[in-house]
Amino acid sequence: MTADHSHSPAPTDAHAPGAAPHPEVHFPNWHTYKWVALILAVLTVAEVWIYYTPMKQTRLFAPALLTLSAIKFSIVVMFYMHLKYDAKIFRGLFLGPLAIAIIVLISLLFLFGHLSLHAT
Amino acid sequence: MATAAVAEHHADHHYTSTGLPHTKIAIWAFIGSECFFFASLISTYLIYKGRSVVGPFPHTAWTDPSTGQHFKAILNIPVTSASTFVLLMSSLAMVLAHSAVERSDHKWSRIWLATTALLGTTFLGFQAYEFTSFVHEGLKITTNLFGSTFFITTGFHGAHVTVGVLWLCTMLFIDMKRGLTPRDAINVDVMALYWHFVDVVWVAIFTLLYLIQ
Amino acid sequence: MATTVAAPSLAGPKHKYEGGLWSWLSTTDHKKIGQLYLYTAISWFVIGGIEAAIMRTQLYGPNGRLVSADTYNQLFTMHGTTMIFMAIMPLSAAFFNLLIPLQIGARDVAFPRLNAFSYWLFLAGSLFMNVSWFWHAAPDSGWFAYAPLNTPQFNPGINMDFWVIGLQILGLSSLAAGFNFITTIINMRAPGMHFMRMPVFTWSAFVTQFLIVLAFPIITVAVTFLLFDRFFHTTFYELSAGADPLLWQHLFWLFGHPEVYILILPAFGLVSEVLPTFSRKPLFGYPVMVYSLILIATLGFGVWAHHMFAVGMGPVADSIFSVTTMLIAIPTGVKIFNWLGTMWGGNISFRTATLFAVGLVCLFTIGGISGVMHSSPPSDLMQTDSYFIVAHFHYVMFGGSMMGLFAGVYYYFPKITGRMLNETLGKWHFWLTFIGMNLTFFPMHFAGLNGMPRRIWSYDANQGWDLDNHISTIGAYIIVIATAIFLYNFIRSRGHGAIGGNNPWDAPTIEWSMPSPPPAYNFAKIPNVTSRYPMWPATGPSPLSPPVPTAGTDQPLPTHPTADQLGIPMPTATIKPLIATIGLTLAFVGLIWHRQIPIVLLGAAIFIASLYAWVLTPLEPEHTEH
Repeated sequence: MTADHSHSPAPTDAHAPGAAPHPEVHFPNWHTYKWVALILAVLTVAEVWIYYTPMKQTRLFAPALLTLSAIKFSIVVMFYMHLKYDAKIFRGLFLGPLAIAIIVLISLLFLFGHLSLHAT
Repeated sequence: MATAAVAEHHADHHYTSTGLPHTKIAIWAFIGSECFFFASLISTYLIYKGRSVVGPFPHTAWTDPSTGQHFKAILNIPVTSASTFVLLMSSLAMVLAHSAVERSDHKWSRIWLATTALLGTTFLGFQAYEFTSFVHEGLKITTNLFGSTFFITTGFHGAHVTVGVLWLCTMLFIDMKRGLTPRDAINVDVMALYWHFVDVVWVAIFTLLYLIQ
Repeated sequence: MATTVAAPSLAGPKHKYEGGLWSWLSTTDHKKIGQLYLYTAISWFVIGGIEAAIMRTQLYGPNGRLVSADTYNQLFTMHGTTMIFMAIMPLSAAFFNLLIPLQIGARDVAFPRLNAFSYWLFLAGSLFMNVSWFWHAAPDSGWFAYAPLNTPQFNPGINMDFWVIGLQILGLSSLAAGFNFITTIINMRAPGMHFMRMPVFTWSAFVTQFLIVLAFPIITVAVTFLLFDRFFHTTFYELSAGADPLLWQHLFWLFGHPEVYILILPAFGLVSEVLPTFSRKPLFGYPVMVYSLILIATLGFGVWAHHMFAVGMGPVADSIFSVTTMLIAIPTGVKIFNWLGTMWGGNISFRTATLFAVGLVCLFTIGGISGVMHSSPPSDLMQTDSYFIVAHFHYVMFGGSMMGLFAGVYYYFPKITGRMLNETLGKWHFWLTFIGMNLTFFPMHFAGLNGMPRRIWSYDANQGWDLDNHISTIGAYIIVIATAIFLYNFIRSRGHGAIGGNNPWDAPTIEWSMPSPPPAYNFAKIPNVTSRYPMWPATGPSPLSPPVPTAGTDQPLPTHPTADQLGIPMPTATIKPLIATIGLTLAFVGLIWHRQIPIVLLGAAIFIASLYAWVLTPLEPEHTEH
């Protein structure tokens, strides 16, 4: 079997004279990936740890967990999904919808009375 | 391989305005769309949180007033923490598989693809264990609002992982059969983007459904 | 996921322009798929119209007894569902398919087989929902199917099962098409076709695809909950389990309001093509037209709850949604004024397409103004669920979307078929539609303000509604006559219309540079675009010569070199998308038909097998590359 599948639009053959220059993408390497994995592991341990500490009873519990998971989410998206390094159009395709989806989610929680502007 | 003239013609034929491959644009558009899919599922879980008329409940024990039967809190945080960890590590294996394919390193691309698929399957195994033990403890999808919203949200996530595992196995099969080359890296990249997205959805689900009460 | 294995078939490409049934079933050509969408959507438009005509006959006078209350419920549910999901959306999809690649200078869409799959799914979903008529079990909870009316407790028959599954299939169709067109527009623009040079129709299509791929997941989730409630006895909408019926309403309108823009924006785009051509002037305020499209789409996700003022969300929520609703009227108003600005001082020739385009500008404005009336909660509470609402959204959907789409049909018919629609019949069509439409829907404003509730199957005399309903029904019959004229014109002109030539309207965009109908490969050479209006000289267009071409009736169309002769690689024709659709539909049939699990599994197996066969086969024959 050969590896001749040129109809698959690999980035290398997408160049044509006059084409928009392909952004030179340098994806992270093993060194970065290793650290990212380590940070993710530590953050997950931290999340579970918080769950079993007295902090669970405080008002900081939910915000702390949300912050940790937001950090994990961003790290995976930035490094593993290499959004930090890739063409800008992908940021638009992902972050625009993500932002609207999060706003909608929060609005729904307000509308159903799970969140409120008044202290209860 | 193609001659230079045909290659030029070919390049013209596959001209893209951004210089980026079609599949990658499509997968990012798909991921944007999936944000809304999972946001709707998670919203529903959160909206219905604490509204179940009967137990069992996620974080608190419950005694059925009519039968006196006792149900303990359903969620099993240690088990889910383990499966969360497994899925996160599968993302590491996935990026390593991609970079091995880019280097034409057949040995390691196979090892990492297989590892990713295996970790994904392990996650699914955890989920199967979780679901059966929940049913055993008295929580079915029909039991209450918690059961319905919990099983559908995590179930749809599990379905996404299943699709990802099948995709990985297909890619591994192709790699075993003919060896993935740097030309195929784009296909692995697209698969990896899907896989990581399924992973970050789990990051959100783990916090919002399991940990926060 | 393009291709991965090398199993090149060295057989030559099938000659998909041979005609015949097989060439349609296996086509991956965006123009043929677009025509399939066009013919299918027009058929559903006729069927949805017949449903409307039956309802109007029932309501002609007090105490109508033509159909039973049960049948009436099915009629209004299917009328709404058909017109929205099977007529207007696919008519827009027909234009997306036909025009996007031509307008951006591409040979096809990014994923031609996925495109075929979208069409077959649309056909399957629409047939699936409509076969319910044969059991007199058509969906009957209204097109927005409020919970708990849609739940097994209050709707135990299989009526809503058809709706739930049909809508899922239609949703998949739109989603698949959405990803395809987004990729096409981002990635397949010809050299020089910058985003701000794209024709406004392509822009409106681009924005619409984002609305589709972001709004349809929400309805997919809402309908999946309903599907699980109906088939597996879950509790999502089960009131006794503590479910909140407002969950459905919120999820539905979170989808439903963007859906309104999904229905109207493509029509806006078509009008933005028609008006400059027939006013002999470039579109007034092109950048602002583009920005207002984007703004409408973004704000479209923040106005959904204005459909729900009557449920009592409280003053804060009411105020917020009231304000966002008023805001979204601004970019919409901007577009109206830009169209007026385009026509202002232009050398306007009133062809049928122009008439329909101007019809949209007038009638959509009326619908828009009555829409802004609803943005005020106190006023909305008086109007909601009355015939006033029916009047409002028919001005938007019929006066807006359909008028725009008809303008597009008259304008692009020569490009699609090579022949012109008859102008005289076209003008009859327009004026009868315009008069009939206003006679039908304008009195509904008064009936509604006089208290006539929507969806009522019959009413008593002397409540002040009799005259309004008489007039509405007469108007509806006039629309029926108009549509019959259109159908005759459409069918007749396909084979016997005057030959149009490449550019019968001296229009400015690049789709008019190629032969009509375009050859399979569209552009023999990919164009290099240097301006927004490449077909017009920099000094501006000359006046349009008054007579449309009439010579050449019954003449054969000119022929052009084939892709093979020019050495252009073309996608291989394939039946696999159709087989995948059949598999998926079979799985759903198994679900609804006595829950036959073996049939579900068989369908799923066919679907997955054909999907693998499809993805692992190269799009184009390999031998072109050796």
